[in-house]
Amino acid sequence: MAKLVGMEVSVAVAEAARLCDTDVVAAYPITPQTHIVEHLSELVANGHLDAEYIPVESEQSAMSSCIGAAAAGARTFTATSSQGLALMNEMVFIAPVLRLPIVLAIANRALSAPINIWNDHSDIMTIRDSGWISLFAENGQEALDMTILSFRIGEDPRVSLPVTMNIDGFTLSHFIEPIDMPEIEAVRKFLPPWKPLVQLDIGAPISIGLLGTPESYTEARKATDNVLVASKPVVVESFEAFKAQFGREYKVVETYKAEGAETLLLTMGSISETAMTAIDEMREAGESVGLVRIRLWRPFPSEELLKVLLPAKNVAVIDRHIMMGTPDGPVAVEVKSLLYDAPNRPNVSNFVLGLGGRDVTRDDFKYITKRAKEFKGSPSARYELVGVWE
Amino acid sequence: MRAAEAQYVKLTPKTFPKGPDSLASGHRACQGCGEVLALRLMMKALGTDFIAVSATGCMEVCTAPFPQSAWRVPWIHVAFENAAAVASGVESALHALRRKKRAPEKRIPVVAFAGDGGTADIGIQALSGALERQHEDFIYVCLDNEAYMNTGIQRSSETPFGANTTTSPSGTKSKGQNTWKKNMAAIAAAHGIPYVATGSPAYHLDLMNKIRRAAAVHGPAYLHVYAPCPTGWRMKPELSVESAKLVVTTRIFPIYEVLDGEYVLNRKIDNPTPIEDYLKIQGRFKHLKPEDIDYIRGRVNQEYERIERLAAAFPVSAGA
Repeated sequence: MAKLVGMEVSVAVAEAARLCDTDVVAAYPITPQTHIVEHLSELVANGHLDAEYIPVESEQSAMSSCIGAAAAGARTFTATSSQGLALMNEMVFIAPVLRLPIVLAIANRALSAPINIWNDHSDIMTIRDSGWISLFAENGQEALDMTILSFRIGEDPRVSLPVTMNIDGFTLSHFIEPIDMPEIEAVRKFLPPWKPLVQLDIGAPISIGLLGTPESYTEARKATDNVLVASKPVVVESFEAFKAQFGREYKVVETYKAEGAETLLLTMGSISETAMTAIDEMREAGESVGLVRIRLWRPFPSEELLKVLLPAKNVAVIDRHIMMGTPDGPVAVEVKSLLYDAPNRPNVSNFVLGLGGRDVTRDDFKYITKRAKEFKGSPSARYELVGVWE
Repeated sequence: MRAAEAQYVKLTPKTFPKGPDSLASGHRACQGCGEVLALRLMMKALGTDFIAVSATGCMEVCTAPFPQSAWRVPWIHVAFENAAAVASGVESALHALRRKKRAPEKRIPVVAFAGDGGTADIGIQALSGALERQHEDFIYVCLDNEAYMNTGIQRSSETPFGANTTTSPSGTKSKGQNTWKKNMAAIAAAHGIPYVATGSPAYHLDLMNKIRRAAAVHGPAYLHVYAPCPTGWRMKPELSVESAKLVVTTRIFPIYEVLDGEYVLNRKIDNPTPIEDYLKIQGRFKHLKPEDIDYIRGRVNQEYERIERLAAAFPVSAGA
């Protein structure tokens, strides 16, 4: 029987890697990811997880070791944040093209400068175009479930791609939440041992990571994009299999009181819970407002978003990152691009808030709802910073 | 287990391995490339039961343009600075999979190959981490052609004093490279690993037996291998092996081992060949003046004698 336990979310993510019988962990500590890797090394030290824990000397080596381990056929896990993800960046772009289903938990944290250890989404946006499947969790239960799902989706032979599982640094990673901890047997049933498509094996030597000349580079990149785009039905199928096994239902795009709503707020990550509380209060006050939350950031869930966004009059896209030198944040760019060809598209306004750990409150969402209703699109429109000092 | 106790069968001219090389012919290395010669000799000595990891560089580019590969052993290339970290991952994976009965019981050496830039400059952090972690079945080979040859002969920290490269050009205010070659073998040895050795492809059995010993040792091994580059050194391709011999007989590149911290000098050079014989066959040194050569000779002897003294302090160790 699964049991409900009170547990720090970081610990739950590490426990998920244990339940998934991870073979190799290569990680370097960085705030606020530390509790994930500390707990994993404890699990290994006490024999609760039979894995090799490689205490690498940098994140660059963490991802490099993960690539080596996955290429050798090991189920591989790592975790990082912010500057660590930036230091990994070169290797992050290599793993998908080598088709290695590494799972990377990211406790999302602001990028320097100025140096800041608190939450926003500037780190994950640096690897937006890298070819990784990217999932966002809203709460502790989702963090555990999404970690298990990351292995299942990434290792599916139709996919064989790496997966990032994003949790907001501190505001989610360091909270203690009630978590329904599945039985190890159930997880093993849901996630059988990985069968790599190819691996480094002296019995059947292969070469991995060859030089792509102008005659082959484009095809290799396109092949990766094709697989990433084609992974969405596998994500949906895996969510359905998860529901059948564990009873919890997930969708690539989640909604809350969105049906028939005049104004939709669009979020990713844990601020969605605050947004839902604000929506409840606004609904009580007679406001027609709902929430759309992107769970699957890559591949971008175009069809699912179109379906929920098109009926609305106003869409307020909330970004946690400034895309310097451009009119919109990264999520708004995607949403606007998606809606460009749609007839009778809603008004799309863009708000940036919660950078570097600045509090995001219910009042912020109420303000955004008001501003979204007032918004009249124009070519010179830019994102609006919310909760900023003037 | 101590490196000195590692059991391996030494190759002799009579037992020199026959059969196809695990590095296939048809690769695109330059004519007279001493690096691919050293690589092929070491692979011949290892056989086929190992996994190779390459850093970006000449050997990676010339052996693996898609859809061709010269590697007849499992091989992976990821990036420039991380061969040691990738090899760490492969090695750890094999340990985990063996323990979980998902891989054969047999020990499989994981051998990282990188150039001097990929080792002594951009890759030194990953290498230091891997050596410090004491991976058991881990061999790291630096194929040292003394500059960034793949990108067009830029200086590295392994470029010898006085050499002309595209980023250490000799000129009216410069003698070329103005620093002494970084001592990577000593840096590797300082990690307290069981086995460190230097080698030259001109002494092929010595080199081949060193990598065989490295594979037998339990614990990380580091090999620093001299790799003549006719293209980058402005040298006739037919002089590659000659230069690989002269670099040892002039005392410029002593070949030695560090077994469990104890030094063994494999070729004692009592009557060194004049260093001019080595320098004059390479265009990269042609601008040097007699006083520069005197300085190099003095420093070469000083470095050689340091190794000789270290070896004398450990008279009982048996070399390869």
